[in-house]
Amino acid sequence: MIEQEHLIELKHIRKEYDGVTVLDDINLYIRKKEFVTLLGPSGCGKTTTLRIIGGFETPTEGELYFEGREISALPPYKRRVNTVFQKYALFPHLNVFDNIAFGLKLKKMPRQEINQRVGQMLELVNLKGYEKRKVDALSGGQQQRVAIARSLVNEPEVLLLDEPLGALDLKLRKEMQLELKNMQQRLGITFLYVTHDQEEALTMSDTIVVMREGHILQIGDPKHIYDEPANAFVADFIGESNILRGTMVRDELVSFAGRGFPCVDFGFGNDTPVDVVIRPEDIMVVGEDIGQLVGTIQSVLFKGVHYEMMIDCGTFTFKVHSTTMQPQGSRVGLSIVPFNIHIMRPMDASPTEEA
Amino acid sequence: MPILVLIVQSFNAGKSRAKWEGFSFRWYGALFQSVSIMDALKVTLSVALLATVISTILGTLAAIGIYSMKKRPQSVMMTMTNLPNTMPDIVTGISLMLLFIFTRINRGYLTMLMAHITFDTPYVILSVMPKLKQMNKHTYEAALDLGATPTYALLHVLIPECRQGIVTGALLAFTLSLDDFTVSYFTTSPLVQNLSTLIYSAARRGIEPTLNALSALMFVTLLVLLLIVNHRTEERN
Repeated sequence: MIEQEHLIELKHIRKEYDGVTVLDDINLYIRKKEFVTLLGPSGCGKTTTLRIIGGFETPTEGELYFEGREISALPPYKRRVNTVFQKYALFPHLNVFDNIAFGLKLKKMPRQEINQRVGQMLELVNLKGYEKRKVDALSGGQQQRVAIARSLVNEPEVLLLDEPLGALDLKLRKEMQLELKNMQQRLGITFLYVTHDQEEALTMSDTIVVMREGHILQIGDPKHIYDEPANAFVADFIGESNILRGTMVRDELVSFAGRGFPCVDFGFGNDTPVDVVIRPEDIMVVGEDIGQLVGTIQSVLFKGVHYEMMIDCGTFTFKVHSTTMQPQGSRVGLSIVPFNIHIMRPMDASPTEEA
Repeated sequence: MPILVLIVQSFNAGKSRAKWEGFSFRWYGALFQSVSIMDALKVTLSVALLATVISTILGTLAAIGIYSMKKRPQSVMMTMTNLPNTMPDIVTGISLMLLFIFTRINRGYLTMLMAHITFDTPYVILSVMPKLKQMNKHTYEAALDLGATPTYALLHVLIPECRQGIVTGALLAFTLSLDDFTVSYFTTSPLVQNLSTLIYSAARRGIEPTLNALSALMFVTLLVLLLIVNHRTEERN
């Protein structure tokens, strides 16, 4: 049965705080050994979802299953999941060894075995020789490793991580992303990861769950989410996009920016308003005479790997990524292959800006 | 300056305040001979110790409770905690006295102890609270997450985390209890006297040199205690 594969399952979860709904009808399952990321802007309910699974919040409605058993009323200390908290939440009055050994001591494990397991963990997170250090004296990256070791040493079925790399600088964050992914694969533990950083989500995850305002917008693997975003919000949130209002003239023909384009989508009906999403790297800059659209280059920014150009075509200004640069002010042609034009139904509400 | 005079006088060998008759510990000796003073000392110390222990436990638990409240009730509770500190002692004393009369509790040792616990507890809450606020707000949850029951997390994580604040609060409570006259005066009976009420009633009969010695000792003790509390608060910042 497929059900057995589902380690954790959320069914119709709803959460209300003081009359305000922060999660609405969340349905989600997590398979064993999967790396699942909850992705969304702040206030989308991703942390609340994690806290419900960790046992720190009880859902207002709905059921939470762990290996097929309903556990939404089970207190956190009876769940076989462990959490790595935002800003670590280490115990400052204990040293590194005692922080990591905290969970094992509670299980009344023999001293010998505790020493051995903590030793292994310290080796895993590259902190050998730090046993007696005070946690306050460690750097951010080291504290992060202690927090991960403190959770992993209990051999949880699922590790919940709440923006664990948020407080680290960019370089360290990239290193830790790879290390975490490695650890997850080596140990074969299920990870549920919360972040607002789309790049982090794309790099590490097997499955990404995009959330907004208490709803799940899309679930899929990183490539699917990037290439086939379910709506304009997902497209905008995952990577950069040009989002235009357009009209589906008929199957495989869409009209936007003042002309028709052949595309590969069908089944929307004739003359239907749609959202059109085009990735900046999918627009080709060609000669003025052969482009589908003609525009003037407004600005050019060097971004390292590519140039980012803003090209004004009269009705719309396109963001274009290209490895070759055209001088500012010059007239160029733009061309888009049908496969790279993504058509989606307009969202009932336009994405609201988060402060 | 008056206190300095008092301390100097306490070493005066003679009985007169106007004349210096040489250095002596005579009055200090007499002090420890006096039954009434020794009894009062016992009352003062035992009330201070008991009030400290009880108010420290109450205050710490109250602080943790208030800390985990939602914003609105939390600010209401904190205002109520601050209120006694801004009120003159005499108001606290008289209202407690009225409460005891109203509830027909005979005033004596027990009522004085209750009164001391009442004015000590807010100070403990105010010393523990900042420690809790400094803590990462997920620390308690982290303990639960790792398998600790709420009681274990309270005893092995929360309380050790704010130990410094608890000790400071206890010292403060002890000092305030030793120091108090007004509240004790209104909440005890003439039969149970602590040092300060004893000095007060004795002074009305005329100042004895032993009282100089007693006051000098109390002053020095309180000074030392206050210095310790201040030192701890500064170290924390």
